[in-house]
Amino acid sequence: MTTAQGIVTILVVVLGTMLTRFLPFLIFPEGKTPPPYITYLGTVLPYAVIGLLVVYCLKDAIYSPFHGLPELVAIGFIVILHKWKKNTLLSIGAGTLLYMVLVQTCFQ
Amino acid sequence: MKMKAFKAALPYTIPICIGFLFLGMSYGFLMKSKGFSFVYPMLMSFFIFAGSMEFVTVNLLLSAFNPLYAFFLTLMVNARHLFYGLSMLEKYKNVGWKKLYLIYGMCDESFTINCTVTPPPDIDKGWFMFFVTALNQIYWVCGATLGALLGYVIHFNTKGIEFVMTALFVVMFINQWEENKSHRPAYTGLGCTLICLLLFGSELFILPAMALIVLCFTLTKKKYMKEAEQ
Repeated sequence: MTTAQGIVTILVVVLGTMLTRFLPFLIFPEGKTPPPYITYLGTVLPYAVIGLLVVYCLKDAIYSPFHGLPELVAIGFIVILHKWKKNTLLSIGAGTLLYMVLVQTCFQ
Repeated sequence: MKMKAFKAALPYTIPICIGFLFLGMSYGFLMKSKGFSFVYPMLMSFFIFAGSMEFVTVNLLLSAFNPLYAFFLTLMVNARHLFYGLSMLEKYKNVGWKKLYLIYGMCDESFTINCTVTPPPDIDKGWFMFFVTALNQIYWVCGATLGALLGYVIHFNTKGIEFVMTALFVVMFINQWEENKSHRPAYTGLGCTLICLLLFGSELFILPAMALIVLCFTLTKKKYMKEAEQ
């Protein structure tokens, strides 16, 4: 990707993000209520998107030589640590560190 | 009046400050380790100002140029903002020009505070929400820039550092899992995406996955509503 293409990509992401933020206020100016279907999607989609993002992160790992084994080990570790300590930053930090050690030593 | 609102807003943002500095720094550091100048994370954290999507954008910038795909991915990843907006239609009324900035800076954390905290009656609601939003944005942009700058001084083997994004989403997934009685939305997101990844391969699976998720939700709307009522 060239620098110009990179800037276009970033601008597209900015535009998309702003669209999701401003759209409700544009469609429903003061006094108008959204239809139930939209409100329903708004309730359930956020939870599904996190699942989508987890899989998105692993998309290349599945087809790699180790078929996602180091990722699975690190994720298992994060789940256990997070259930135990319930500290978001600790779980993210320690999980990333473990993964880095794994791919730099055992899974090269 | 402004000073009072600032003082009322500041304490609510302190926990966010710690989290944003840490996550922002890891984001900035990640971008630097992938070969981008600090200007990228600085401007991206300011203009996009949506953490998850900024991490995803690092991936987009490292793959082949595809603006349409980037656009739809952004819409899907940030679809939750639609819900935030719908919840804030009432609260953001009558705050004047600040409304534009409040909508622009409506990240998860600012939304959570502005949605749940009612400032004391002697404090201007508009300025309170403005400072909550602005302080959070300052923390995030500073974190991202600082992280990238650190990348110039600290050198170590950064192989695998991109896993910070996976770790972030896994932790968010667990948090949401424990907050909610119904796990159907979480299963739907995970299942549909996994099926599409296996069917369509890692290049093409995102758009079909999004369509399948929306389809599943549309078909199970009645069932979900019944469950939610119970």
